[in-house]
Parts: sequence; structure tokens; C-alpha cells
Amino acid sequence: MAEEKIQEQFDTEAILEVRNLRKCFPIKKSFTGKVKQELIAVDNVSFKLKAGETLGIVGESGCGKTTLGRTILKLHESNGGQIIFEGQDITNLKSSEMREIRKKMQIIFQDPYSSLPPRSTVGGILSEPVEVHNIVPKSQVKDYVLDLMDKCGLRDYYYERYPHEFSGGQRQRICIARALSVNPKLVICDEPVSALDVSIQAQIINLLKKLQQEMNLTYLFISHDLSVVKFISDKIGVMYLGSMVEFGTKEDIFANPLHPYTEALFSAIPQPDPDVKMNRIILKGDIPSPANPPKGCRFHTRCPKAMDICSEVTPEYRDFGNGHCAACHLLNKD
Amino acid sequence: MEEITKNEVIEDTVEDEVPHDKTVRLMSPTRMVVRRFFRSKLSIVGLIMVVGLFIFSFLGPLIYTEWGEIELDESGKTEYSISETTYTVNGEEYTIRQTTEKSLKDNFLAPPSKEHILGTDNEGYDIFVRLMYGGRISLIVSFIAVFLITILGVILGGIAGFFGGAIDNIIMRLCDILICLPGVPILLIISTILDASGIDAKYRIYLLMIYLTFISWPGTARLVRGQILSLREQEYMVAAEAMGYSTSRKIFKHLVPNVMPQLIVQMSLSLGSMILYEATLSYLNLGVKAPYAAWGTMINIISTNQDILQNHLNVWVPAGICIVIAVLGFNFIGDGLRDALDPKARR
Repeated sequence: MAEEKIQEQFDTEAILEVRNLRKCFPIKKSFTGKVKQELIAVDNVSFKLKAGETLGIVGESGCGKTTLGRTILKLHESNGGQIIFEGQDITNLKSSEMREIRKKMQIIFQDPYSSLPPRSTVGGILSEPVEVHNIVPKSQVKDYVLDLMDKCGLRDYYYERYPHEFSGGQRQRICIARALSVNPKLVICDEPVSALDVSIQAQIINLLKKLQQEMNLTYLFISHDLSVVKFISDKIGVMYLGSMVEFGTKEDIFANPLHPYTEALFSAIPQPDPDVKMNRIILKGDIPSPANPPKGCRFHTRCPKAMDICSEVTPEYRDFGNGHCAACHLLNKD
Repeated sequence: MEEITKNEVIEDTVEDEVPHDKTVRLMSPTRMVVRRFFRSKLSIVGLIMVVGLFIFSFLGPLIYTEWGEIELDESGKTEYSISETTYTVNGEEYTIRQTTEKSLKDNFLAPPSKEHILGTDNEGYDIFVRLMYGGRISLIVSFIAVFLITILGVILGGIAGFFGGAIDNIIMRLCDILICLPGVPILLIISTILDASGIDAKYRIYLLMIYLTFISWPGTARLVRGQILSLREQEYMVAAEAMGYSTSRKIFKHLVPNVMPQLIVQMSLSLGSMILYEATLSYLNLGVKAPYAAWGTMINIISTNQDILQNHLNVWVPAGICIVIAVLGFNFIGDGLRDALDPKARR
């Protein structure tokens, strides 16, 4: 019954739905190739994303944000769960079948220095996807690319230049232009601003916002910078050690964080006003290794509110109204 | 009025943000390499050597048409031979000297003169002209071989590096086997087979070079594979994957151009070694055979007559010099290119 309901909802509204997605990387293999030990990078992640929305994914380094993004794009094969894009289950599509869908979902990488091929010009980088996917007729490719460059704040004479001649911010603009060149519907932004300095970050974020309105894009915005996520997102998902601990609209999550990890995370946002007393919740210890995650609730080793049950039973990921989901035993008590 | 000035100010600041001046042309990577290449004197010397050889062997026979490759100088030659016989009669020695005058049809072993710039060889062919034709064979054959080696190496090395796994294993083991094969003994066998099958002497060298190609591609394949293994983990390859490019496009449009620098160096160095190989084959009488000319066969003449080795340097030394110039030239160019293509080198 519940399953059907989800299906209906997603058909009408959601552009992307992820159900119980799981991704493991083998660490040790036996001689016969059987996996002995594996690292669970993404574990049981589910969420829905409506067209035109921005979902911010936050979490510490190593919590599986990037892997989640890349698994959704099928740059990594998933080890379980479903990825549904525009009503089509793309989880088990072959790479040849995937090629058609690739132009609808694109990615912007964290590092603008290594994500551009060093031996082609900006014009070449931007016109190649347009030609491969036949976005516009051959004769109009150059005009189309110049128009796109203008939209992304790149001057037309950059067309003949090479990536190494540009600064980080300009390179990231090229990356954005490349991702948008195929008219995608969903763009996964994998920490697009964390390699840039703050003033350029603002420019790039504003550019992304402007382009979202112009081209009706849906963003999956991965970042560890909460202030950036707060600015750009409509919905926020908080990840810890491979699993989603809390998910909801930006307003709900900031006003009423349900999970203790979210609380701790938000208490760490720096306040520009020196008179404001910060109530920081300092977490003890380090993030446990995802190769050997703790039993029960993954967060119980560092949780300030941990109870006995936390170390034994994995808390259920439940909806607490208005699509605000969380997984914590504290919430089940009432 | 005030608003207009405000707008102008804003536009000005926007202009200032642009870091590159439109009029400044930055150099493309290719132009930078060319400039660095010509900064080294040794690579210029190498280039002059190679270009000189090309002009000599391809344009030379068109300009200097006195003699052909297999045109004998039949102007005749008189050979004198002196024989001495000693008799002992009644304790006294008598010596009889006899001079024989022989009139021969061919003007062989002629010293350098106006008609023959470098003289003639033991058959009566013009050495200078045969040097040009020998150069043609050497350059054509080594270029074809290197071209084929590069194509085979790029395709197989590219596939091995890109796909990895079982395909990589198969191709690399094949490489190992081919590297184990001894070159010269197998060439001897093939040469004997070619002799028996009666193939035109002109074409046998090409067949032998095809065999050399077949055993030489593993070097290039390994180089390409190693480079591609490291390049395919770069983020821009993930971006290419996310763009939905086809596999062949990813390999040949994104990976191979980035292997090009190493490939060009490898090509120019192996051109030198192929010329050496060709000369060796011809010297051992496996490659180009008489009456056709090759630098190797021209040196091989010394094995027919000890006298030529000592007294007729003009017959075999020029061919040796040509081989040295060719191999040195290609190696200088290869070294120059390697330095020029190294991105860490000073500008």
C-alpha cells in the first residue's frame, strides 16, 4: 500500500528518486576473487527530489556524499537499491543505454583543475558534448557554445584558450558551462565551490542560482559548507557514515533539527557576530571507519545523548511529518 | 545624467576584473613545444641532419641524373697484372716479369673523379648515386615500420590500459611472448623461406620489416598502456564518462592525445633503431639484395675482397657515414623533443 503511494507521488512530482541505495567498495579479495571485506560507502539511502528543487547533502568528509552523487549518475555501479530518474528505473541500465540518459543528468566536480582535459581549448571542451549528443545542428554549434559561455560569464574570446590559462573560478565556470551544454534536467554539484576562495564562491553560487531559474534545473548540491547549503537549498539531507540520518526542508531542519548529529553539525556554523554566544556541541572522538562501522546506530559512539538501545538496534528511518525524516531512537520514545 | 556616469563606472570595474588582455595572445601548448625545441642546438643539428638526408635521397636522384641505381659504367677499364717467376739455373737466379694487359668491359673500383663523385664499386656502379637510392630504401622502410608499430601499439596498448582486467592480461602476456622471441635467428629463417619462394628482391625487405613491426610493437603498447592507466583515473575522464561519450571516443580523443608527447619521442627514437635494423639486415644479405642498393649492402662489399677494405675507402665509408648521420639525427630529434615536451622544464 505504502509502496504504491510512493510510486504515484514520484510519477507526478519527483524527477529523481533514490530507494535504499547501497554502494560498497571491496577492500580485501580472496585469491578466487571473492570479496572478503568491504567498505560500505553508501548504506540504505532513500530520498525524493522534485523538479526545480535543490537538495543539499551535508556531512563530514568521508561520509559518502561524493560516492552517493556518483552512484546516482551510475559512475559507480550500485550494490543494491533503486535509482529512478524521470519515472524510469536506471539502476540496471547498460552503459550503452545510459548514454542517452547522461545528457539529462550532469555533474560538476569539486576540483576545477583536474576535471578539464588539458589539451583541448575551451571551445573544444564545450562543443564536443553538443556535437556528440546532437543538441543543435552542426552549423549552429559555435553560436550555441558562445551563447552558453556568455550565460556562464565567460568572454567569447576565451573560445580559443586552454584551461591552464584560467583561474580556479573561471575554470569552474567552464565546468558549469560544460555540464549545462547538453541541456540537463538534473545537475549533481559535487562540492563545486570548496576548492575556490570565498569571494569566488559567492560568484559561482549566484551563477548556479541564476542558471537554475533560467534553465529550470534541479540540483543535488553536495557540500560540507553549511552556510552555502543553507543559502542554495530547498531541502537538506544530512549524512553520517554512509547513511542518511535526517532529511527535510531547509526551514524544518534548521528550525527543528531532530537528530543529535544534525544539532551538533548546525551548532558548528560560525557566527559572524562576535557578541553572539555560540552553543557549540563538541563531539567526542573521531568518525569511525566505514570499513568497520559500529553496531546499532552508527552515531552512538559519539552521540552526546546515546542510550543503551543505540548500541544494539539500528534506529528506523521514519517520516515525522511534512517529509521530515530522521533515524534516531530518541524520537521513537514519545 | 548622474545615472549614466554610474553605469559607466560599473562597466569599467567589470572590465578590470578580466585578467587577460584581449590583445595578448597566449601560446598554445604546441607552439610552446616548438619554441623550446628550437632553443636546443643539438635538436637543430639533428633536424638539419635528417632533413639533409631526406633531400639527399629523395630529391638527389632527380637532380643528379648522370647515373642510375643499377646502371653499370661500361666505359671499360684496362687492368694490368704483373706476374713474377723466379728460376734458379746453375746457382744463379733469374726473374722473369710478365705484364698482362686485360681490357675489361666495366669500369669498376674507379677512384673519385669528375664522372663518378665517389668512384665506383666492385661491379662498376656509381657509389654516390647508390647512396641516394640506399637512403630512400632506409628512410621509407623505417618510416613504414615505425608507423605500423605506432598504430598497433596505440590500439592494443590503449585497449589494454583502458579496459584492464582479462583483456589487459591477454595483451600484456602476448607482449611478453613477443619480447622473448629472438630477432635475428627468426629473421634468418624467414629470409631463407623468402629466398625459396622466389619473391622479387625489391620487396623482400618490406616483408622483413613487417615481421620486425610484429615483434616491435610491444614496446609502444607498454608505453601507451602505462600512460593510459594513470590518465584514466583523472577527473576529466570521469567527466567524459558522465557526458556519455563512447568508449572509442574516450580512448582515441581524450586519452591518446595526452600520450602523444611520449609517443612522438618514442617514434623518433625508434626511427633511428629501425634504420640500424634495416642496415644490419642488408649487411647480412638478408634484406635488400644486389643489384639494388642499400647502405648495408654497400658496406657488405668489403666481405668480397680484402683489398677494398684497405685500399678503396670510398666504396664503403660513405655508406657508414650515412647510417651514422641518420641514426644520430633521429636520436638528437628524439632527445630534443623529450626535453621540449616535458612540462616541468623551464620555458
